[in-house]
Amino acid sequence: MQPERIEPALAVPAVALGAKGAGAPRAPGWKQRLHSLGPVLGLVLLCLAGMALNPGFATWDNAMNVLTRTAFIGIISVGMCFVIIGGGIDLSVGSMAALIAGSVILAMNALHAQFASPLLAVLLGALFALALGALFGLAHGLLITKGRIEPFIVTLGTLGIFRAYLTYLSNGGAITLGDEVSAVYSPVYYGALLGVPIPIWVFAGVAVAGALLLNRTRYGRYVRAIGSNEQVARFAAVAVDRVKILSYVLLGVCVGVATLLYIPRLGSASPSTGLLWELEAIAAVIVGGTALKGGDGRIVGTVVGAILLSVISNILNLTSIISVYLNAAVQGVVIIIVAFLQRSRR
Amino acid sequence: MSLRVRFDDISKDFGSVRVLHGVCFDLEPGRVYGLIGENGAGKSTLMKILAGFETASEGALLIDGKAEHFADSRAAEAAGIVLIHQEFNLAEDLTVAENIFLGRELRRGLFLDDAAMNAAARGVLDEVGLKVDPATKARDLIVAEKQMVEIAKALSRHARLLIMDEPTATLTPTEAHRLFALIEQLREGGVTIVYISHKLDEVKRVTSEIIVMRDGHFTTRAPTDSVTRQQMATLMVGRELSDMFPPKHPPPEAPPLLQVQNLTVPGWARDVSFEVHPGEILGFAGLVGAGRTELFEGLLGLRKRSAGTVELGGRKVEFRNPRDAARQGVTYLSEDRKGKGLHLTLSLQENLTLMDLDRHARPWLDHSSERAALDQAIAEFGIRTGDATVNAAQLSGGNQQKLAIAKVLQPQPRVVVLDEPTRGVDVGAKRDIYFLIHKLAAQGRGVVVVSSELIELIGLCHRVVVMRGGSVMAVLGTEQLSEETLIAYATGTH
Repeated sequence: MQPERIEPALAVPAVALGAKGAGAPRAPGWKQRLHSLGPVLGLVLLCLAGMALNPGFATWDNAMNVLTRTAFIGIISVGMCFVIIGGGIDLSVGSMAALIAGSVILAMNALHAQFASPLLAVLLGALFALALGALFGLAHGLLITKGRIEPFIVTLGTLGIFRAYLTYLSNGGAITLGDEVSAVYSPVYYGALLGVPIPIWVFAGVAVAGALLLNRTRYGRYVRAIGSNEQVARFAAVAVDRVKILSYVLLGVCVGVATLLYIPRLGSASPSTGLLWELEAIAAVIVGGTALKGGDGRIVGTVVGAILLSVISNILNLTSIISVYLNAAVQGVVIIIVAFLQRSRR
Repeated sequence: MSLRVRFDDISKDFGSVRVLHGVCFDLEPGRVYGLIGENGAGKSTLMKILAGFETASEGALLIDGKAEHFADSRAAEAAGIVLIHQEFNLAEDLTVAENIFLGRELRRGLFLDDAAMNAAARGVLDEVGLKVDPATKARDLIVAEKQMVEIAKALSRHARLLIMDEPTATLTPTEAHRLFALIEQLREGGVTIVYISHKLDEVKRVTSEIIVMRDGHFTTRAPTDSVTRQQMATLMVGRELSDMFPPKHPPPEAPPLLQVQNLTVPGWARDVSFEVHPGEILGFAGLVGAGRTELFEGLLGLRKRSAGTVELGGRKVEFRNPRDAARQGVTYLSEDRKGKGLHLTLSLQENLTLMDLDRHARPWLDHSSERAALDQAIAEFGIRTGDATVNAAQLSGGNQQKLAIAKVLQPQPRVVVLDEPTRGVDVGAKRDIYFLIHKLAAQGRGVVVVSSELIELIGLCHRVVVMRGGSVMAVLGTEQLSEETLIAYATGTH
């Protein structure tokens, strides 16, 4: 609508302010920065509150404990972040983790019986977990893109299928890892490197890889473009289906990785393994400032979101102001507050 | 029953931008006015003020001599003024009768009285000559029928002034003729009609007086009989047309760059053949629904093709998707800028480089190289923006369009297809884009321009392909290009 003066066209290019300072990307406005700092700010405030309430909170051991517990959901959230930014959703990740855990334990036990080497059984079992995650993700991606079914529906369906299969495989009980295998495998959860537990290292690695992939590669840009407007991306020569399928595969692999870290913790899988993980993962992504409708999101925010949610339950565990039984309620309140603060942006 | 409207020094600001400047004129009852002007001239804004969708920043709106400030469209409707939008406002899942009575349902006691509403709806549908069952769902109607329902809805609310914004944009000629007959009938019944259209032949045919707006000002008014279409066009643009377009130079003799033979896109285009030479601007004319956009979507693999061969630079090619086409040197700018052309929520930079990210990935994306590409595009395409870090949504229509054109040129295509390249942009940006298109041709690219604006095709193109009902009716050379010929082939009255 803005009326523009008629100018002697392109021979004399219009003076645009933006044309100056070539190559120097401008810092984003303070408002935008405040938005991306929001989750970090929330986490800092929460930690200050934790320190004030219980001297045991600000200890190295407690910090490591919280981060280790965050690792499973955190790793899945990184994958979930890609799916949500691309305009999708995956409700099945908790069930998927349970089925992968059960299948991998069965596979490791069988491989151990076959080859007698517990180490080989664990390594092959780990590959199997990643392959299974990728396969489930691929199935989701294909059904969603080629089958043209809403992601919500597809993954609602597989949410039931995965958990039912685990229940069937375990006969309603638990599938337990053999002792010898367990002995080789348990350092993956209980071991530490430079004083930091292995799951935290893996979590950090996945987060850094995710951030690089999202912000510094073509693939990440395409995911954002598709989530922002799929039609525009399609017309702009983006291979939309391929990018979307790959996002579900990535998430499946993340679930595989998280499950591998989780198995040695209890050494078994049961119908209650991974229950409600999907909601925690989605909550972490949303609390981290990613729009549920897609197009915009941050890995750092997601990581912070995941940590923030587990710090809440940690504080409730350490203090007695609010009952631990109300953990989910407090998390729910936090999610709604975050959504409320972000609503003005859209 | 009829009403008199006076715009008294109406101004309208959107933020710091003034889009209407002291507009003054009167509308007499029972006449058909053609409101014409370029995109961005302020026609729609003015009509939205009249129909209660916007309020004037300054000035007064006098209805029958009384100053009115409509709070919303319902208030305007109560005064008998109804705007029929280009995109219809029917609730698709409701029936025709439910739509007509939406918001003022008839009741018997506590419950809806469907029988009475259906009967009353039948009455107004008869009035507009639409023979559908009032219990039909809106989604089951064709576009022309939906429009008739909109008019019926307006009549049922006792409209005394109807504003129609591009009413024939999606109608076939037969349907359009029915609409014209209805307009005449309404006028005889004392209804005032404001007819907004870019199709000057329709304006000439339907209206009794034209009102011209330009750049937010009322420019002039004249009895329709006293001006030719050529004069209308000159009044709209505000300058001689020869000044809008760069002089045409014939393209150099060369074998065709893109050669399409017998391309068929089921349901849309049949057996279409054409060729584009290097340095040539080839136009595509036709009515809405003639299959032009769908033809090119089919060419790029966005729609199913059932037959046809494509040669690029003498080599047989097949595009499975736009990615394929872009890699081989053909890109396409969609007519639907907001829906298919630009990511409004992404930054200018991200929009610009999306089709050519390979160039900026080594292997990590190099943001400063992307930024350099944006700076270059801003200078080269004359994109006016105060701040280069804004989102595409914050640019004006004309600058968005320049960005979109810059984007499809990033992969350095040999052939570029521009679908409605000047839709929704103002006169100044239009002229910039015309000069830009000429520059592209001068660089030796093949340029295809799909357009509904005949003046544009005539002023810009070396040759024009005219399509009708999915088939090529004629290919006209520069010397054969005239509005009459184009319309004759496009409507099948040649």
